[in-house]
Amino acid sequence: MSALRLEAVRKSFGANEVLGGIDLELEEHEVVCLIGASGSGKSTLLRCVNLLEPLDSGRIFLGEEEITRRGVDANAVRRRIGIVFQAFNLFPHMSVLRNVTLGPRDALKLPREEAESRALELLGRFGLADRGDDYPDRLSGGQQQRVAIVRALAMRPQLMLLDEVTSALDPELVAEVLEVIRELAEGGMTMLIATHEMSFARDIANRVCFLDAGLILEQGPPGEIFQRPREPRTRQFLERIIEAGRL
Amino acid sequence: MASEGDRRPDLEVEARRSRVLDGLRLEAEGARGVAIALLSTVVFLAVVVVAVMQSPGWPAVHQAFFGWHDISSSFPEVARAFKLNVKIFLVCEVFILALALVIAVLRSLPGPVFFPLRALAVIYTDLARGVPTILVIALLGYGVPGLQLSGVPRSRVFWAGVALVLVYSGYVAEVYRAGIESVHPSQEAAARSLGLSRFQALRRVILPQAVRRVVPPLLNDFIGLQKDTALVGVLGVVEAFNQTQIDSSATFTYGSYLAAAALFVALTIPLARFTDWLLARDRRRRQAAGLVV
Repeated sequence: MSALRLEAVRKSFGANEVLGGIDLELEEHEVVCLIGASGSGKSTLLRCVNLLEPLDSGRIFLGEEEITRRGVDANAVRRRIGIVFQAFNLFPHMSVLRNVTLGPRDALKLPREEAESRALELLGRFGLADRGDDYPDRLSGGQQQRVAIVRALAMRPQLMLLDEVTSALDPELVAEVLEVIRELAEGGMTMLIATHEMSFARDIANRVCFLDAGLILEQGPPGEIFQRPREPRTRQFLERIIEAGRL
Repeated sequence: MASEGDRRPDLEVEARRSRVLDGLRLEAEGARGVAIALLSTVVFLAVVVVAVMQSPGWPAVHQAFFGWHDISSSFPEVARAFKLNVKIFLVCEVFILALALVIAVLRSLPGPVFFPLRALAVIYTDLARGVPTILVIALLGYGVPGLQLSGVPRSRVFWAGVALVLVYSGYVAEVYRAGIESVHPSQEAAARSLGLSRFQALRRVILPQAVRRVVPPLLNDFIGLQKDTALVGVLGVVEAFNQTQIDSSATFTYGSYLAAAALFVALTIPLARFTDWLLARDRRRRQAAGLVV
């Protein structure tokens, strides 16, 4: 059984078609990286999976359940899917600990003690043990993004969506965040990752999908996509990346 | 997991920031600056005082308004009446803060389903801000008790208070709404992505940030309300302003006006300075945050 399945997903913003019919399937424990130029639809795809954007047409299944059917409890679906954003989106008026426990306490209705011990355990695992009482603006970008990852993990999601999570970081802070993601992958987390970090995608992904103008133009194991891309557009994209020194 | 990104550049930034701020302060508070400010204030006041005292009507006005005996003798009665103003202010403010929040939230609801509620909120704020406060007070204060409905309070003070709540909620709702709209949509997305309902996201994430940002303009509306409690006097209720009317018609002098003005100012000035202080603190924090990033 697949962990996530998208069937002919379409989404437009006004006259601008962002997703032009996406079919995609993730197995349990699979890590799939979405690559492609800015505006190719990677972020929109992730937001659609998390039901933050309604689809124009198509269907999305989480496990066996269709989450795009009418009358689905979107809040319940989102509790099972973690998403991490490019700009962290931490809650600036809450301490790190409160950021992490908000979901478990308010959405999962966990008692405070349980939510906090779960949060502290996760913060400790990701090198943030002594940061619980700090407010987000006291943290470096890398720390903030790790807190955002911990916040999503505290819900014990069955699927994680990562949306360009290192794009807003200073170069020297990228590694610590990628390290966390690598650890999640090794722990068997099913992940759909939009990224510009090509060497990271090559290392970590079971499969890489190249998005171009709202379509998955090409997909396959990272070795295949990065070494022997079939499509001219994929080649072009990768050449530009190599020129920019990003691969 | 240990990582190298844990180093925080805060010490360095802190040092730089305090240097920058100290520089500004020195520039503004230099001895020369203080001297200039003092001199220009004295000259300005002197010009005003001379101009007023040269006016043809000054002797009469001086006698009518500035008789120390009139001011001090009317003060106790005006102060007693002023307690009613303070009471009206405090009670109304509580209801205004609550009602305005409800209206602002209604107006911020997204989607076509909530159109009627949004429209109602818009009409409400338009009306509340469009009709002069004194008219609303007269309409409710004379009108509702006049209906002689059973179970409905007949007190004019009560209905004047209701009028103030209705009018000021229109203003305060707009202040709240500005705060709600200033919270970036990504905050709501983050909250909803954790599985929080729209209401939970509003309560836990959006409103706390929104309200924090609008405390200074909210206090500004408090000051306005404090003054507008004097409008309740049109109903014949003996509050501070009406007490001055009573006094002045008994003595044919207007010293009581000054007594009342002093009382209002004694209450509004601390609030105004507190608002300034909050605004300045807010600005400092934003600058500090900007330097850290």
